[in-house]
Amino acid sequence: MTPSRQTLGGLAAALVATLALAPILPKWALFLVTISLAKGLVVLGLLLLMRTGLVSFGQGLYYAIGAYAAGTAADVLKLRDALPLVLVGTAAAAGVAALLGLLLARYRTIFFAMLSLAFSMILYGLLVRTPALGSTDGFNVAARTVLGLDVAGPVGRFGAYGLTAACAFVAALGLDRFLRSRLGRLAPAVRDNELRVEYMGASVRNVVHLNLVVAAGLAGMGGALTALTVGHIDPEMAYWTTSGEFVFVAILSGTGSVAAPFAGAVLLELLRSFAYEHAPNTWQLVVGGAMLAVILFLPEGLWSLFLRRKGARA
Amino acid sequence: MSTILETAGLTKVFGAVTAASNISVALEEDSIVGLIGGNGAGKTTFLNLVTGYLAPTSGTVRFQGRDITGLAPRRITRLGICRSFQIPQVFDSLTTYENLLVGLGIVALGRKAFVGSALGDQEPEQVAEEMLERFRLREYRDAPASVLPEGVRKLLDIAMALAVKPKVLLLDEPTSGVSADEKFALMDLVLGAIRADRVTVLFVEHDMDIVRRYTQRIVAFYDGKVIADGAPAAVLADAGVRRFVVGDVTPDAAEGTC
Repeated sequence: MTPSRQTLGGLAAALVATLALAPILPKWALFLVTISLAKGLVVLGLLLLMRTGLVSFGQGLYYAIGAYAAGTAADVLKLRDALPLVLVGTAAAAGVAALLGLLLARYRTIFFAMLSLAFSMILYGLLVRTPALGSTDGFNVAARTVLGLDVAGPVGRFGAYGLTAACAFVAALGLDRFLRSRLGRLAPAVRDNELRVEYMGASVRNVVHLNLVVAAGLAGMGGALTALTVGHIDPEMAYWTTSGEFVFVAILSGTGSVAAPFAGAVLLELLRSFAYEHAPNTWQLVVGGAMLAVILFLPEGLWSLFLRRKGARA
Repeated sequence: MSTILETAGLTKVFGAVTAASNISVALEEDSIVGLIGGNGAGKTTFLNLVTGYLAPTSGTVRFQGRDITGLAPRRITRLGICRSFQIPQVFDSLTTYENLLVGLGIVALGRKAFVGSALGDQEPEQVAEEMLERFRLREYRDAPASVLPEGVRKLLDIAMALAVKPKVLLLDEPTSGVSADEKFALMDLVLGAIRADRVTVLFVEHDMDIVRRYTQRIVAFYDGKVIADGAPAAVLADAGVRRFVVGDVTPDAAEGTC
């Protein structure tokens, strides 16, 4: 089996398993998995950036734009189905990145990280001071239907869960294909040696710009899905701690596979839920300790456990 | 034969240092030319000027009759001039095969629409396999470039330059860092692989035996200037070249060699 076939098989199995679990899972678990997969989409974008050699501490910007664009489209355009709202959120975030990328694509390392953080904090500041968008309180977002199915119906009530799982599947598969394409292969090349990429006839800035737009689109998609799942959005989505959490998950899970961000996101949400329940005052300590352990013992992330086992078997 | 690459009055000044002074050189299509000169003579500066890494203070570079002075390296690469590096510039985390594939993929991208070809590739993979064979890199196919021996990295660096299908190839000291007994084998391999594509080659070299054996013409630099240009035997016999480049040790010449 070729690696891309293997990924397709693995992802398809994961999708089927996720969908099959829907009727059995308790409500809190459905919610937890949905939110995790939505955040996993943002981390998937970070994976692409990290493979390009960039770490963004401002993905919350696109996450919030995706959510606010979906919410605004529901209010203003009277869109009632979830799918078009998600598409609007994705496109809005990608569009903003296409513009900001003109500047961001010139920077690397800490300057890139801080500039992306600065943009996200500007949006946070704007949202907090915009009464039309609910200021600090934000506003409620709701889709009446998912792919035409009523959200109150017997199948429709799993709509957000199913849609998020389907989006995660399509995005992971698409990114995997992209990373194996001629254009996608330039990401690690840019990370390793920009001079050589230019001397082979490709524009490093265009590669970085394109990857920024893709990553932002994924973050926007995650933001829109989060908005529809939670039913409420607020400026916290653009706050730097939200962006920091995405980087946290990316490091926790590793960049070894397009499935890793989703596994990492589910794991973090589980860890946080249990830590919060059993140690409500020191849950950050538990989460921080887990991070420390990963960095010390698994610098390539949790996914490296899986790769190592596969390597041993081969 | 017609001229493919031509510089006229190429000059580069860094503050008080003149790294290139009024260099006028014309390369005939399909020829192999050696570029010699002591350290600091301006050889690498010349390559950097021709490929657009540095903008000249004055003078012009013409490629196939077109003025390419001041264009960015990637534009010049796309027109058909590529280079290898004295210190191999490879993608360390990628395998030998993937290193070649990146360059071949860029060429394939350039031919078709930018996004349309992002999916579905076939041809570059075959060419990469064929290049591994031609450059005898097969046994290193799946090894990351970071662990390759220096001589193999050197070879890969040159193969990557050739992967973008240049019409003119500039090699910056292809045999530096390669042990003396392997130099001829490396040059046989490299020039054999290159000549199959009928590429014009200019290579910078310090080993006079290599230059004498593989070139049809030699250009000698000293202190940013061309001091000799012609048939190998004539250039290597030139008094100035013997004194400043080859380094024949006569008491009054010793200071000029470094």
